[in-house]
Amino acid sequence: MLDTLPPAARTPERRLLDRRRAGTAALLVLPFLILYLLFLIYPTLRVVQLSFTNADLTGAGAWVGLQNYTRLLRDPTFWTALLNTVLFILLTAVPNTVVGLVLALLVVRLNRLKNVVLALFFLPFVLPVSVVTNVWNWVLDANFGLVNTLTGSTVAWFQDPVWALPAVALVTIWWTVGFNVLLFIAGLQGIPAEIYEAASLDGAAGQRLFWSITWPNLWPVTSLILLLQLIAQFKIFDQIYLLTQGGPFDKTLVLLLYSYREGFQQQHGGYSSTIGVVLMLVIALVTAVQARLTRRGSV
Amino acid sequence: MTTTTRPGGTATGTRPAPTLATRLRRAPGVAVTVLTVLLALLWVFPLYWAAITSFKPEQETIANPPTLWPQTFDVSAYTYIFQNSPIVRWYLNSVFTSGAITVLVLLLSVLCAFALSQLQFRGRTWLYWLVMAGFMLPFQASIIPLFILVNRLGLVNDNLGLILPQLAAPIAVVIYKQFFDQIPRDLGDAARIDGAGELRVLFSIFLPLNWSITVSLAIVTFIAAWNNFLWPFIVMNDTSKLTIPVGITQVQSAYGVAYAKTMASAMAAAVPMVIAYLLFQRRVTEGVMATSGLK
Repeated sequence: MLDTLPPAARTPERRLLDRRRAGTAALLVLPFLILYLLFLIYPTLRVVQLSFTNADLTGAGAWVGLQNYTRLLRDPTFWTALLNTVLFILLTAVPNTVVGLVLALLVVRLNRLKNVVLALFFLPFVLPVSVVTNVWNWVLDANFGLVNTLTGSTVAWFQDPVWALPAVALVTIWWTVGFNVLLFIAGLQGIPAEIYEAASLDGAAGQRLFWSITWPNLWPVTSLILLLQLIAQFKIFDQIYLLTQGGPFDKTLVLLLYSYREGFQQQHGGYSSTIGVVLMLVIALVTAVQARLTRRGSV
Repeated sequence: MTTTTRPGGTATGTRPAPTLATRLRRAPGVAVTVLTVLLALLWVFPLYWAAITSFKPEQETIANPPTLWPQTFDVSAYTYIFQNSPIVRWYLNSVFTSGAITVLVLLLSVLCAFALSQLQFRGRTWLYWLVMAGFMLPFQASIIPLFILVNRLGLVNDNLGLILPQLAAPIAVVIYKQFFDQIPRDLGDAARIDGAGELRVLFSIFLPLNWSITVSLAIVTFIAAWNNFLWPFIVMNDTSKLTIPVGITQVQSAYGVAYAKTMASAMAAAVPMVIAYLLFQRRVTEGVMATSGLK
């Protein structure tokens, strides 16, 4: 319509209209853009700059070059935090995806009960993290908790060096698996029935249908879920802080918690920023690798 | 969408091909259904357990064997926390800040997305890439400079300091842009020829056409803002200024070993979200799928 006018027809009036429209565009974009630049882009650039300083929590500090980075490499606590983060991801990302898929396969076959059952699995996901941790602190309480009362166990789950991290992982799966169930159900329902029809005409059934049709067709959703899990678990903080505070003996200390400790409790803004930069790089790397894999897998 | 379609439920449609759902349903029968329902009940049992604990007198919470239903139904844990903690203040703080975040996120996003989708201006592509890049930037990684900035602006312990950083989220912009891109350009141009301004085109044509995604986004944004922990935890220090999810973690230690009271405060913080979810279940799931990038 308007766009099909030849360039020759751009009268002064038309040009005025264009300019006014550009002005309107700026007015529409600026409120978001200013906040976005100020509160997301600027802190991201600044964290890189701070990582080369010995700044405190007010931002005042001197340039120290790579000192924070060399310290990081020789800091056993950093490696503990990195190792714990990776362990936590192993304990959550894959189990959470697998449990999500199994539950989705169970839920999707239901008829009238489907919405109710899905709601029950999804419900924990809408709760604030502190509610989740309060509830589980009570259920897994060493002395009067339901689990220990029923099983006779005396393990203090969140204070036990061996059990603390798996216990937090269990709580995390309970809290968030509904999200995966939901995405898997959407993925399962998106597979056209005709494919199953064709396959069963060819004599495929049971497990064979799952591995040759459901699984490959579900791969884009699966990889999306894995990516979201990976990114979320690298940023793990809330549950750990509330349930174990990183203890016992740093057994549940993760990267973001270490960054928080260094920054807000030790006033080491510069060193804390260095951990932040590492976190950011890892997440960017994961996103990039995953984007690559997904593109290849889904075509 | 998952909650509305029921594939194969009535098998007399035009297409007799059985879906995955019907196929799975036929195979293993009632036993799996029962198992699934039991599993779902087991899944929410911790919530049930927390809820009934909050209605027990303190000495019954540690009874052995545990009681599945309060022998003495007691609301004193609730009256105690409402009288002895600023829980009402925290509620109001949460309602106000989450409400403001929801309204502002949607307003700013819809304006920006409309311009990105429908208006020609210099730097448009560049801006879109900048917004997309935001997905890869975890604000948690730059929490120190964010805190330093908010502190310099004098907004620590201030609702503005809580709200403003949460508005810098690119997700709603991208979702709105995708929806606006699907609307034929002629629709807007027709209105423009009739003399409508861009804001008029946006608010009387484009936005009403996307009303359902707006509602879904509003609910999901509200829940996320209500549940946000890390930023409110860092930026608010005054006990009276906390949001409810942060607040309930602060008083817990003051009770000592008082399970009923701890569970009562957890339930008080959970109830608004549970109600919101049960009322708007379909909107929540639609919003979750949109924001996860699946739709």
